[in-house]
Amino acid sequence: MDEKRESEPTPMKNRTTVERKSDRELVVTRTVNGPARIVFQAWTTPELFKRWWVPKSMGVSLLSCEMDVRAGGKYRLVFGVGDDASNAMEFFGRYIEVTPPSRIVWTNEEGEGGGPVTTVTFEEKGGQTLVVIHDLYPSKEALDAGAGSMDGMPETLEQLDELIVSLVASAGRS
Amino acid sequence: MVQYANAGLDASFAALSDATRRGVLEQLGDADASITALAEKFHMTLTGMRKHVGILEQAGLVTTEKVGRVRTCKLGPRRLEDETAWIERYRKLWELRFDELDKVVEELKRKENVSGRKKRE
Repeated sequence: MDEKRESEPTPMKNRTTVERKSDRELVVTRTVNGPARIVFQAWTTPELFKRWWVPKSMGVSLLSCEMDVRAGGKYRLVFGVGDDASNAMEFFGRYIEVTPPSRIVWTNEEGEGGGPVTTVTFEEKGGQTLVVIHDLYPSKEALDAGAGSMDGMPETLEQLDELIVSLVASAGRS
Repeated sequence: MVQYANAGLDASFAALSDATRRGVLEQLGDADASITALAEKFHMTLTGMRKHVGILEQAGLVTTEKVGRVRTCKLGPRRLEDETAWIERYRKLWELRFDELDKVVEELKRKENVSGRKKRE
C-alpha cells in the first residue's frame, strides 16, 4: 500500500453521534475506517486501549489498566490528573459477554447506586466498522447523575471539563 | 475554576443556593403548580413565594403563565438546554476517543499490510 508518513492525520473524520434513546438509555455511534477485527483488537488489548480511551489532550492519564477480556473477567482502570497520584480515580467492573469481533458487554461498578451496563457492537460493512455503544442505566436518576457528570467522571476533573467546554464553545458558537 | 461558556450558569447557581427554591424545582418536576399552592406547600406568604419564583424565572429554571387570576409555574427551558449541554460534552469525549482510536486502527492496518497475509490464517 502507498501509505504516507506516520504523522499525517486520517484524511476523513467520521461523525460521532449521541442520542438519549429513553430515560435509561444512551447511545453513541461512530464509523471507524477499518475492519471489525481490528477495532475489536484495539478495544480489547490493554496496550492499545490505553492509547485512545483517555486522549492525551484531556490532561488525564491512565495510571494502570487491567483487563481480563472474557465473560466473567474483570477490568480495572486507574486515572490520574496531572502527576498528582492523590487525584487517582478507579473505574472497574466485569465483562458479561465477549464475542469477537462483534460484541462486548460490561458492567460499570464504581458508582454508588449502580452504574450502567455497556454494550458495544462492531458491525463491519465494506471495510468500515459501525461502532455502537449502548449504555443502559438502572434508572433515569442514575443516567442523569452519571452521564450528567460525563460518563461518571467526577467534577474534580477540571482540566477535562475546561477542555471540553472550550471545545464545545469553539465548535458550537457562531 | 472552570470557565463555563454559558454565563447563565451563575444565575442558576444563585437560584439553586436556596433550599426553598430547590424544593420548588423538585415540586415542579412532579407537576405544574400555582404560586398559591406552592406558598401553601412551603408554608410561606404569597409575596415570599412570588419572590422565590421570580428568581427561578430569571435564571430560566421556571416559567410562569397567568390564566385568569391564577399564575401557574412550570419548569423552564433551561433544563432542556442543560441536557443538550451535557449530551454535547459526552459526545465530545467520545469524539476525542474515536480520533485517537482512528490512529490506532490505521497503525494496525498498516502493520497487517506489512506482514502480509500470514496473519489472516
